[in-house]
Amino acid sequence: MKNAPSIDDQVEMYRKMIACRRVEEAFGTLSKEGRTRGPIHRCDGQEAVGIGATAMLTDEDYITSTHRGHAHYIGKGVDIYGISAEILGRKTGLCGGRAGHMLIADPAKGMIGGNAIVGAGIPAATGMALSNQILKNGRVAMTLFGDGSSQTGIWHESMNMAALWKLPVVFVLEHNEYGLTVHSDRQGSTKDISERAASYGIPTEIVDGNDALAVYRAVSTMVERARRGEGPGFVECKTYRWEGFSTSDMGGYQDPEVIAEWKKRDPIKIAYDQLVGEVGAEKLDQIERDTSADVRDAIERALADPLPEFEICNYTAPYSGEVH
Amino acid sequence: MAKLRYAEALNIALREEMTRDPSVFLFGEDIGTYGGVFKVSKGLLEEFGDQRVRDTPISEQALTAMAVSAAMTGTRPVLEIMYADFLPLSLDALVNQASIYEYIWKEKVQMPFVLRTQGGGGAGAGAQHSKALDVLVAHIPGLQVVAPVTPADARGLLKAAIRDPRPVIFLEHKLLYNMRGEVDLDSEGLVEIGKARTVQPGTDVSIFATSKMVIDAEKAAELLAKDGISAEVIDLRSLRPLDLGAIKASIAKTNHAVVVNEGWRFCGYAAELSATIMDHAFDELDAPVERVTLPDMPIPYSETLEASVLPNAEKIAAAAKKTLA
Repeated sequence: MKNAPSIDDQVEMYRKMIACRRVEEAFGTLSKEGRTRGPIHRCDGQEAVGIGATAMLTDEDYITSTHRGHAHYIGKGVDIYGISAEILGRKTGLCGGRAGHMLIADPAKGMIGGNAIVGAGIPAATGMALSNQILKNGRVAMTLFGDGSSQTGIWHESMNMAALWKLPVVFVLEHNEYGLTVHSDRQGSTKDISERAASYGIPTEIVDGNDALAVYRAVSTMVERARRGEGPGFVECKTYRWEGFSTSDMGGYQDPEVIAEWKKRDPIKIAYDQLVGEVGAEKLDQIERDTSADVRDAIERALADPLPEFEICNYTAPYSGEVH
Repeated sequence: MAKLRYAEALNIALREEMTRDPSVFLFGEDIGTYGGVFKVSKGLLEEFGDQRVRDTPISEQALTAMAVSAAMTGTRPVLEIMYADFLPLSLDALVNQASIYEYIWKEKVQMPFVLRTQGGGGAGAGAQHSKALDVLVAHIPGLQVVAPVTPADARGLLKAAIRDPRPVIFLEHKLLYNMRGEVDLDSEGLVEIGKARTVQPGTDVSIFATSKMVIDAEKAAELLAKDGISAEVIDLRSLRPLDLGAIKASIAKTNHAVVVNEGWRFCGYAAELSATIMDHAFDELDAPVERVTLPDMPIPYSETLEASVLPNAEKIAAAAKKTLA
């Protein structure tokens, strides 16, 4: 089948989705216990998008993420211990505790990075693609973003320039139906946001965002086009946000019945059903147990790590020749 | 030595850096086929091609964000924002993106881009095309801001800015483009960011300025000389980082300071200069620092009205006399 991942790739996506789910659950609990700082934006139920969309990329390719980026980080191969330590503000965190859960980056993995200004990752990836085009380095830039950010002006500016200059950028819309507390029906004039991308002459596809295999196949077609110099692509992945906007969300605006319906279509279960015939339940269950234990260990290690010590930043000082 | 216009000096700097480093590219509105509305990029499209000299749509917000991320991924973008008055459109990319990443990502990324723009009044361009918004960018830790006045400094600082590993906001002035000055094209002519220049030495009062205000300060010094007052004119050249050493050394000599900035007074760049002097040179002062700025109001269009709000030599000379009174 064209653009189908290998079974090994599918198993790896399954493993990463489980890892991500365990991270979300663990930090949900730690947050309730008051052991984290600030809000945490969970992506339970949306893992198939970030993990399916990034599975065909290399470390040389770039992605930009959002405030809800854990699946994107994990999909791009960023180390879960480093992520966890960063979320916990530890010295050993990927960014030494300077960034926090919304702004994690790992340049060595091409993940640059989380971005909590809604929409800002979209022109960022477009600029990376511009760099790629000028350097002729064959790299692709991808931006994962939500339906909320699709209402910004920079979304349109970026689509236009990406199409105009045939930039090697892939736009992956993780449509989870909510921009903070307001449903997408009350934020946008089009049901399918990809219609707007199509109006710029960008090829688009709409897929089931809870099916990692479907996400992979649609996105990899766009990645290949972009890599060949044929310009941007846009994949709209329909999914749903199970948890609230963040751990500080009081809730009350999402219909419990709708949430229950979406939970029946758990992306991990969908992936399991797709794989079980090929690899068997025993192996998949073993992967689940091993991965869950790995995540638990990583978070426990991170919890035991020290907090960073403060040092003033000298290169941002206002005066030359001397520090603050 | 060649006698060059300011715009020509910038053009030469761009050509020199693009020739030296293939990762340098230019983009912005009307910079390609037309060569820029102030002709700074004239001839560069023909020389370097449309990949590296790119006319863009009118999309300042995304363009600035793209400069930041392109710089993070191996190129050295030089973005032209046609008027400083459009900087508010660039601000998210500057305030929330460019200024934070090197620090929050633990020095694993750098962003060597230059944002060139021009501001300032005196050309009858009205309230949306005449402002000096220096303070909007100079306020932000993580950005560097330079504003040269001579063609030699324009070339030298632009070359230094393009080579610098960190973001530089390069402020030009619409009334400077046609001014001529000596430029030594036989030397690299690099000018270090963060170093002030003594335009003329003096003993009675120090006048600190940047960009076109340096020219007004020089004229003020001539007026003051007629009254027997010896003014030292310092061209700060760099608004951030600021050459505090040069400021302190000058005030130690004159014990009086006038700060000049074409932006607004309240919370303005001149206010910061004044506070900096208070913090670091208070003991050397014989009188309060005098500020010469735009009054806190929109810039009007008509010649008589616009001239009334802009700082000029007479206002600077009056401020110097006030601090000496």
